[in-house]
Amino acid sequence: MRDLTEISNPYSDGKIIDSCSIFGMMDTSGKCFSGKDITKAIGNMHFRGNGLGGGFAIYGLYPEYADYYAFHIMYLSKDSQNQVESFLKENFHVVVTDEIPTQPTPAIINPPLVWRYFLEVDMGKCVLQEPDDYVTEKVMQINTCMDGAFVFSSGKNMGVFKGVGYPEEIAEYFCLNDYQGYLWTSHGRFPTNTRGWWGGAHPFNILDWTVVHNGEISSYGINYRCLEQFGYLCTMQTDTEVVAYIIDLLMRKHGLPIEIVAKIMAPPFWDDIERLPQDERELLIALRQVYSSMLLNGPFTIIIAHQGEMIGFTDRIRLRPLTVGVKGSMLYLSSEEASIRLISPDLDKAWIPMGGEPIIGRLATENQKQFITGVTEVRTGNKLR
Amino acid sequence: MKTYIPNKFIVDRDPERCIQCQVCVNQCSFDANYYDAEDDEVKSREENCVGCHRCVVFCPTQALTIRKNPLDYRENFNWRPEVIEDILKQAESGAMILTGMGNDKGYRVYWDHLVLNASQVTNPSIDPLREPMELTTYLGSKPDKVELDSNNLKLKTKLAPQVKLDIPVIFAAMSYGAVSINVHESLARAATEAGTLWNTGEGGLHSKLYKYGANTIVQVASGRFGVHQNYLDAGSIVEIKIGQGAKPGIGGHLPGEKVSSEVSLTRMIPQGTDALSPAPQHDIYSIEDLAQLVYSLKEATNYEKPISVKIAAVHNSAAIASGMVRAGADIIVLDGFRGGTGATPKIIRDNVGIPIELALASVDSRLRAEGIRNRASIVVSGGIRNSGDVAKAIALGADAVYIGTAALVALGCTLCQQCHTGKCAWGICTNNLTLTKRINPDIGSRRLANLLRGWSLELKDILGGMGLNALESLRGNRLSLRGIGLTDTELKILGVKMAGD
Amino acid sequence: MSGNNTFSLKVEELSHRALNAKLREAVANGIQRIELREVYGQRYIGTDLNKPVQIEIYGTPGNDMGAFMNGPSIVVHGNVQDGSGNTMDDGVIVVHGHAGDITGLAARGGKIFIKEDVGYRVGIHMKEYGEKKPLLVIGGTAQDFLGEYMAGGTLVLLGLNLKENEGHKARFIGTGMHGGVIYLRGNVEDFQLGKEVGVVEPDDNDYTVLQSAVGEFASYFDYDAEELLKGKFLKLFPLSSRPYGRLYTH
Repeated sequence: MRDLTEISNPYSDGKIIDSCSIFGMMDTSGKCFSGKDITKAIGNMHFRGNGLGGGFAIYGLYPEYADYYAFHIMYLSKDSQNQVESFLKENFHVVVTDEIPTQPTPAIINPPLVWRYFLEVDMGKCVLQEPDDYVTEKVMQINTCMDGAFVFSSGKNMGVFKGVGYPEEIAEYFCLNDYQGYLWTSHGRFPTNTRGWWGGAHPFNILDWTVVHNGEISSYGINYRCLEQFGYLCTMQTDTEVVAYIIDLLMRKHGLPIEIVAKIMAPPFWDDIERLPQDERELLIALRQVYSSMLLNGPFTIIIAHQGEMIGFTDRIRLRPLTVGVKGSMLYLSSEEASIRLISPDLDKAWIPMGGEPIIGRLATENQKQFITGVTEVRTGNKLR
Repeated sequence: MKTYIPNKFIVDRDPERCIQCQVCVNQCSFDANYYDAEDDEVKSREENCVGCHRCVVFCPTQALTIRKNPLDYRENFNWRPEVIEDILKQAESGAMILTGMGNDKGYRVYWDHLVLNASQVTNPSIDPLREPMELTTYLGSKPDKVELDSNNLKLKTKLAPQVKLDIPVIFAAMSYGAVSINVHESLARAATEAGTLWNTGEGGLHSKLYKYGANTIVQVASGRFGVHQNYLDAGSIVEIKIGQGAKPGIGGHLPGEKVSSEVSLTRMIPQGTDALSPAPQHDIYSIEDLAQLVYSLKEATNYEKPISVKIAAVHNSAAIASGMVRAGADIIVLDGFRGGTGATPKIIRDNVGIPIELALASVDSRLRAEGIRNRASIVVSGGIRNSGDVAKAIALGADAVYIGTAALVALGCTLCQQCHTGKCAWGICTNNLTLTKRINPDIGSRRLANLLRGWSLELKDILGGMGLNALESLRGNRLSLRGIGLTDTELKILGVKMAGD
Repeated sequence: MSGNNTFSLKVEELSHRALNAKLREAVANGIQRIELREVYGQRYIGTDLNKPVQIEIYGTPGNDMGAFMNGPSIVVHGNVQDGSGNTMDDGVIVVHGHAGDITGLAARGGKIFIKEDVGYRVGIHMKEYGEKKPLLVIGGTAQDFLGEYMAGGTLVLLGLNLKENEGHKARFIGTGMHGGVIYLRGNVEDFQLGKEVGVVEPDDNDYTVLQSAVGEFASYFDYDAEELLKGKFLKLFPLSSRPYGRLYTH
């Protein structure tokens, strides 16, 4: 989309404000499941959204094409599709092209054309760059320079489906019951200062990272300026975009683990840092000194996902809710506990983590038996009913 | 030569209230009040009155009123009374006009055209009285990233030295010699109590104040007065002063009569000699020379202290600041044209330099555009009047602010602009021992610490209202500002939108 | 429907508006006991019923359960989410599980008993006036800002699930407190308390209050009140009814 602000932010507000429901579920054993349960769960938080945006991210989605970048692209016209497809042919080996299946859904009005491409990076063109950086650059190029087209999913073995409507309507439209994945996140949106548009729904995606988010980040004004210094251009004026870029910078480029990244985005208070043992204190002071502009201030809960990992946490004084549920190898993260209970009534544990404390689900491996981590001790095995 | 300069002020003494106690006579260091023994009556020499209001505050019966002499010449917007007076002074003296404090002209005060934001509905304001509200600030160069050692729990990156502030407000450089030892002591003690810093200025550090070293910025200026190893070791930051907003490009001159034995000892020059601060630092004629001095001070302090470089805000500040950061400055200080001074040629004070708001905005933007903003902290000064100005400066991109004039006002200064005379009736900008004792460091430090406490509470209120609980989330957050009554160009330089937009 | 005076309903995916309309109607028809099964996140249950009706909930009721509630007694067999007892006036809430954030926000009367842990800012700005005095008893521990700017009422934190020698973890307990009282069983460090809070050992009068509050708590959840009262209690009280004296100048 050449003029993103025209579409996503028609009134040129400093930023786009929205409020939401979020839900994530992951089978840490790697077993795949359909979109039936998560649709029911996010649908149960209908009242947290206003029908102007819903979406899902699915991991482990395309095992047969796991080595290719899977692009999901929305088009406003055939012309823009032709233009983008020749651009893709110039820069990638296009392995598969198909239209994403949809079904008529009464609530979904005037949808764009949505196509899917499995792409291999043309190594002849990607010489001095990492393939991931090459792909990011091409996505940005389409999204900011080409008319009527928007890449909303660009990772490997994963995909985002989103649009204007309640999430349960979006799920119906994209036939998500027919897909299987081991990790799903979803989002119901309540944008306050923009009409909904398909690309503006969440999850926000870059490479295989996705972010869903509830709340409004009051520090947005410095977060985006700080990212600009590192070459990220925030074109969507959304908190989610900022979170995604911070994650990309800190985890992919700076190589920091998520436990540390959470301490940057939701740091402990200076007073609390002072009481820690020396090594930890020095580390946390340095993180706050160096990454002060990446503190996310104000209310938020986010669920971040990438291949093999799902992470949820809130702001440091917990101004937005997050409940965690565990049942066997399943990890659930939700704005409200009731939605977890609706699809998994008999949880092993359900608890509310402390503000800023990350809850992390990882695919279990032979070496790593502990697949769900979070500092909070689970005090009460909450086996009810 | 008969002077043609009329009185600036009229002293009204209410005979009904005056009890002839002579407090005003004793308080006036300009001899504007005197006791006429013949008439047994207190009278005034209005031509001497500078309008400092010392007598008004101390008159026990509120008998005194100081009024501006209306000087009702024929109305002329170009040839205003001040212009006429200046010409008369020069016609009668053949000299440059000297004055004190900062630019007092009616240039636009940009702070007054910027407004702050607050949270409503979509994000909550945070209650600053009950919930944590963090003003902690670290000054010093930061890397763009940290590295951890393999087990992820220990820090591998060694950060450049950082100095902690509990409130992002520092007392600006005012040298011993210009101000008295009691002012220095008041500043040092208040800074220590409030968890912030004070700055020695260029006149060295009196031996009895070394104990406040952890809260002291020691300055190295062109005169290099009192600069020696112990001095450099005493402070927590070493500041190289290139220039100041009240007199960009101009040196200084502490007259011999102000160089008392104590001042002489501290400045390490003979008593009674003039202390001359050259206009440039004679080892800095270019940017690479600045790097040389920065690194010689880093060597002298074993790379344990941030090195700060202070310049006056001038037209190409942004480019200069970029060079300063690349020259190794850990902190850059920008002093706008409203910054005060103990003495400056009036023509320089009123006509050279730019407002700090614009300099700050363009420097912060430039350093970000070049990707080097993390490499230095930005401290600004020159006309910061209240915590609202502080918050706006932080939102434009400053890490902290210096206050000089505001601190002196807390001690009693009424901006009568007589600093250069050495006769300060409030006992601030003088080394006349009968006057300096008017500042009692116990009271002075309390007044200053109170001011910082009040501003700190207000800053927390401002932050909380915006839904932020850490100052770093306001720093450089220009979306939290809007402009009122500014042109498109001004808005563009400030990097803020128009109110309502 | 079952029984003469009992209204029983499997709620499932009914909207909160439809559910609460049914409850209003039932109460208007003289129903005295309501049994709700399969509750999944429906909000505002117990609001606007204004009668001392008995409500049993099986499942996870939604946010603002018992908000502005005046009279009903709600027993939840499960956990509750955020905002239970928000600005509650009168009635009883008993939760056989944990409770989310801002439980008992600005409660002005009534009683709330939570068996397990509670979230952030619980008991925030509870207040009292004359005979109206809210009571909130928590069996587990709390997260940060417990009793934040509390202006009245009684808050009891029992810490029953803390291990031996394990203290409460909450920070900013009673920050801005200027009325009411918090009784805290178990250990807490000074830095965890708001600066407006004083700490003393409870006296005989306090134990009279505790006996009644803990006694009622124990009766709901099958504890031995005597055993619970043997633990070490601290009384947190506001140092001043006007903690912000030196804040403003004119």
